[in-house]
Amino acid sequence: MPKDHGIGASSKRREDVRFLTGRGKYTDDMAIAGQVHAVFVRSQVAHGRIKKVDTSNAAKMPGVLAVFTGEDFKDVGGNPAGWLIKSRNGEAMREPKRPVLAHGKVRHVGDAYAAVVAETLAQAKDAAQQIADDSVIEELPAIVDMAAAVANASNRVHDEIPDNLCYDWGWIEDNRAKVDEAIRNAPHVTTLELVNNRLVPNAMEPRASIGEYFPGTGDYKLTTTSQNPHLTRLLVAAFVLGIPENKLTVVAPDVGGGFGSKIYHYGEEALVLAAAKQLARPVRWTAERTESFLTDAHGRDHVTKIELACEKDGTFIAFRTETMANVGAYLSNFATVTPTFLHGTLMAGPYKVPNVYVNVKTVFTNTAPVDAYRGAGRPEATFSLERVIDKMCRELGLDPFEVRRKNFVTTDMFPYTTPVALVYDTGNYHATLDKAMEMADVAGFETRAAASKAKGKLRGLGLSTWIEACGIAPSHLVGILGSRVGLYDAATVRVNATGNISVMVGAHSHGQSHETVFAQIVADKLGIPEASVEIVHGDTSKIPFGMGSYGSRSLAVCGVAMAKAVDKIIAKGKKIAAHMLEAGEGDITFADGKFSVAGTDKAKTFGEIAFSAYVPHNYPLETLEPGLEETAFYDPANFTYPAGAYLCEVEVDPDTGKVDIVGFYCADDFGNIMNPMVVEGQVHGGVGQGIGQALLENTRYNEDGQLLSGSYMDYAMPRADDVPFYTVDYSCQTPCTHNPLGVKGCGEAGAIGSPPAVVNAVIDALHRGGFTHVTHIDMPVSPSRVWSAIHG
Amino acid sequence: MHNFDFVKPSSIADAVKAMGQDGAQALSGGQTLIPTMKQRLAAPSVLVSLTGIKEMQGVCMGEGGLHVGAATPHAIVAREAKSHYPALAALAGGIGDPAVRVRGTIGGSIANNDPAACYPSAVLGSGATVVTNKRKIAADDYFQGLFTTALEEGEIVIEVVFPIPEKAAYVKFNQPASRFALTGVFVAKFASGVRVAVTGASQNGVFRWTDAENALGRSFNAQMVSGLTVDASEMIGDLHGTPAYRANLVKVLTSRAVAAAG
Ligand SMILES: Cc1cc2nc3c(=O)[nH]c(=O)nc-3n(C[C@H](O)[C@H](O)[C@H](O)COP(=O)(O)OP(=O)(O)OC[C@H]3O[C@@H](n4cnc5c(N)ncnc54)[C@H](O)[C@@H]3O)c2cc1C
Repeated sequence: MPKDHGIGASSKRREDVRFLTGRGKYTDDMAIAGQVHAVFVRSQVAHGRIKKVDTSNAAKMPGVLAVFTGEDFKDVGGNPAGWLIKSRNGEAMREPKRPVLAHGKVRHVGDAYAAVVAETLAQAKDAAQQIADDSVIEELPAIVDMAAAVANASNRVHDEIPDNLCYDWGWIEDNRAKVDEAIRNAPHVTTLELVNNRLVPNAMEPRASIGEYFPGTGDYKLTTTSQNPHLTRLLVAAFVLGIPENKLTVVAPDVGGGFGSKIYHYGEEALVLAAAKQLARPVRWTAERTESFLTDAHGRDHVTKIELACEKDGTFIAFRTETMANVGAYLSNFATVTPTFLHGTLMAGPYKVPNVYVNVKTVFTNTAPVDAYRGAGRPEATFSLERVIDKMCRELGLDPFEVRRKNFVTTDMFPYTTPVALVYDTGNYHATLDKAMEMADVAGFETRAAASKAKGKLRGLGLSTWIEACGIAPSHLVGILGSRVGLYDAATVRVNATGNISVMVGAHSHGQSHETVFAQIVADKLGIPEASVEIVHGDTSKIPFGMGSYGSRSLAVCGVAMAKAVDKIIAKGKKIAAHMLEAGEGDITFADGKFSVAGTDKAKTFGEIAFSAYVPHNYPLETLEPGLEETAFYDPANFTYPAGAYLCEVEVDPDTGKVDIVGFYCADDFGNIMNPMVVEGQVHGGVGQGIGQALLENTRYNEDGQLLSGSYMDYAMPRADDVPFYTVDYSCQTPCTHNPLGVKGCGEAGAIGSPPAVVNAVIDALHRGGFTHVTHIDMPVSPSRVWSAIHG
Repeated sequence: MHNFDFVKPSSIADAVKAMGQDGAQALSGGQTLIPTMKQRLAAPSVLVSLTGIKEMQGVCMGEGGLHVGAATPHAIVAREAKSHYPALAALAGGIGDPAVRVRGTIGGSIANNDPAACYPSAVLGSGATVVTNKRKIAADDYFQGLFTTALEEGEIVIEVVFPIPEKAAYVKFNQPASRFALTGVFVAKFASGVRVAVTGASQNGVFRWTDAENALGRSFNAQMVSGLTVDASEMIGDLHGTPAYRANLVKVLTSRAVAAAG
């Protein structure tokens, strides 16, 4: 019998009541009396020297209240990089200033160099156009291609950075010589050069921000589309504008998707606050879709050469990669950690490979900043590994399933330390592979392939056995590696006098279902109805602290903080119960919502204890404070390591190159499952995004740095008929060993594991069709690319 | 968007008069024009809506074949042309999404003449006649390249008259993002011969593939296309396909259209 409430139940998403009935309240929905509108003047060229920005005509236009240029912000701080990465030679990375508004130079199409605030949006737009007309920007040659950027020292995105290189990172540098040696001596080496295509995040809700300033108190408020309101507060307050943190409230209300792009602080947020202060009026801005395409932090964009050295029987000896990672024009907050510690550390996969070395050169270009996007580094690692393994199997005529089996870390090896410095706590990679093969009916594949052939189609099967790392931690380690922040999370559990509960959590929910799932956990632990628990998030004035939602960390880090706070509530409840029941504290047990004296029928309900805490008439006031509210901060001892096996089955039309995904099978190990329905939803969404990357999404800048795929006319998002009915299983569970919930994280898995499964399936189909000269097709594997590969 | 005046005449004469104003532009379904205005890429001072004119609405059989009023939305054509001209109805039913189909019109589509639009292939492939407030224009004379037509300043398309072929089919290969035609082929077999019109592929917009017309005129059979070659040099190359790929699609889709026409 599946559970109908609490941990493990598929409780319906309570947030859907407002979302599905049009009652969500997003930043752009907030109408504030006296509000005025900001519009940004954005560069039309990818690279240019700002010769003149004349705002005098614009300032006189109807309704215009204020104009701003880069000059106005040149003395305030820049938006910093969250991680300081060291190059192989020990040098610090190059961190150019990222100003609120571009000053001196514009560095990508869409880079804002001025802003207008006016009474109406139309007036602000007219004035912004006027500023654009009155400005002189001398166009410079655009730096778009990464290899050219590094090779050409005279053309610079940032004048002070000669080779456009942020850093040249090696992981682990001490492995380098050994890995080189192993590859030199290996019986077989497979080499693959590939591109991990740049993606535009395309959250349904565009970025939006409202700045308010209250002259009576000197307080500021920023309402903004953020996955991470406390981080935004920290950055705006301490790094950029110099507002005391206690005078700034950041609210992230309902947020319509982020996928990473809303983790970061952006200049528009600082501008609306500065303008609100100057005008003492609420200043609002909502991105138009074109602005989203041009200025949201993009994802991926790696160019990689990977080598796999192995025995003739497919036993892995070494992996070596050289990657160029595009960071775009400026360092977005997590841009430097994504291609390094979130990518290089995963380059051993779920395999017992003894030698791994990863080199990443991170490069500035005149393109939009690139940062973490659903999966962040791990999809890039997984794609490189699973593609090169597939290629190796074809070269040596080996069975891809057997090769994975032969190389998996086995259950007796945990905890397992990889050559790239992670310690996998637990897992069972054989189990998920077996499960995926059973679900996909691999045995029946040949029959299905024959049926496809009869229709003139080519059928293929692609495998990806992936692992990832969630809930990046612990703080003392990430501090050594270069993080400027800690990576714990926090929650406050406030039991009200009447026994119902408000839980203030640091994680921010923008599609993840925290409001439902976190309530299930609290209710389960306290033995009370889920409806008695309310989850509060997204407001720095209400929640204790938080590092936001990204990296599949919400449950594994913040959820655990919350569980620990609940444990503190129970511990205090026992003290209160012991007093009320006139028993020793050690004799009190708590189960099913009741505090009982062990071995007797004496008991108090949770509600009675809560009431007593707030109406402490019969209460141990000498030794115990009244009230029932506890906060916990939790800093995990390690990452969590979800893993799984994905199988994708495709049909390819050789005449048009069109790929249809006819089946997609996911066997995931997420540890303990809090809400199966939500987990399935997360996997569906993640796989959908992975299929989008694999088949459709093509972010392309031309050589002038113009974004060719800057609208939905040219940027293909996956639609319902592009994706199959998914078959998802999460029954293989090896609970995380170092958090008390035994949970791992499921938010990014789909996007991490799926792209190589899709591409491997297409290559398989082509080989079965006799097109054995096709060894790789870069994503997106579009019809034109497939057809061209066949005929290439 | 900039401010504009809006008029909605109920007769063609009034519409023609309104179009005489400075900065006037016809507005039909608005599926192309309104987004362009929102992006401030067009700023007409007067919008003359054509959707309130009775003669420009609806589908009916008449002299010369099927008459489709220029302001008839795709959804109406999809439903009401079905019994008269199924291939045309199917084409209309495959344009965009439901919201686009209930607003977008045939007149707007062929006045705009987007090189990836579906309707131009049906108009050219059927040898239809474009009737304006001034004249009748044969399809072969009407389409003159990317976003270019025989229409003069202020001229309004009133209706399109389609001769009904013995057999016809439209096969569209979707551009993955916009889902306009990456390439689309309309094949129509008349007693007098076969017409093959291709959209989405050429740098010069919709065109007739005469080699295929001749071959299929000899025998209306998909195999007749297999020996032909399509010159890739005039084809569009962009994010979604190379010229060679589009040339291939022209051939593949023509075969499939012939097969679908039966
Ligand atoms: C999301 C989306 C998807 C689409 N997908 C497709 C597709 O798959 N295939 C396809 O073919 N099309 C597609 N379209 C285009 C759509 O079908 C319309 O045909 C097109 O937008 C033009 O028709 P309209 O009635 O909206 O014209 P409008 O936008 O009103 O006008 C377009 C132009 O034509 C002029 N005009 C309008 N009517 C007349 C007239 N009677 N006489 C003279 N000039 C006139 C206007 O002045 C304007 O310049 C799509 C559009 C959208 C928004």
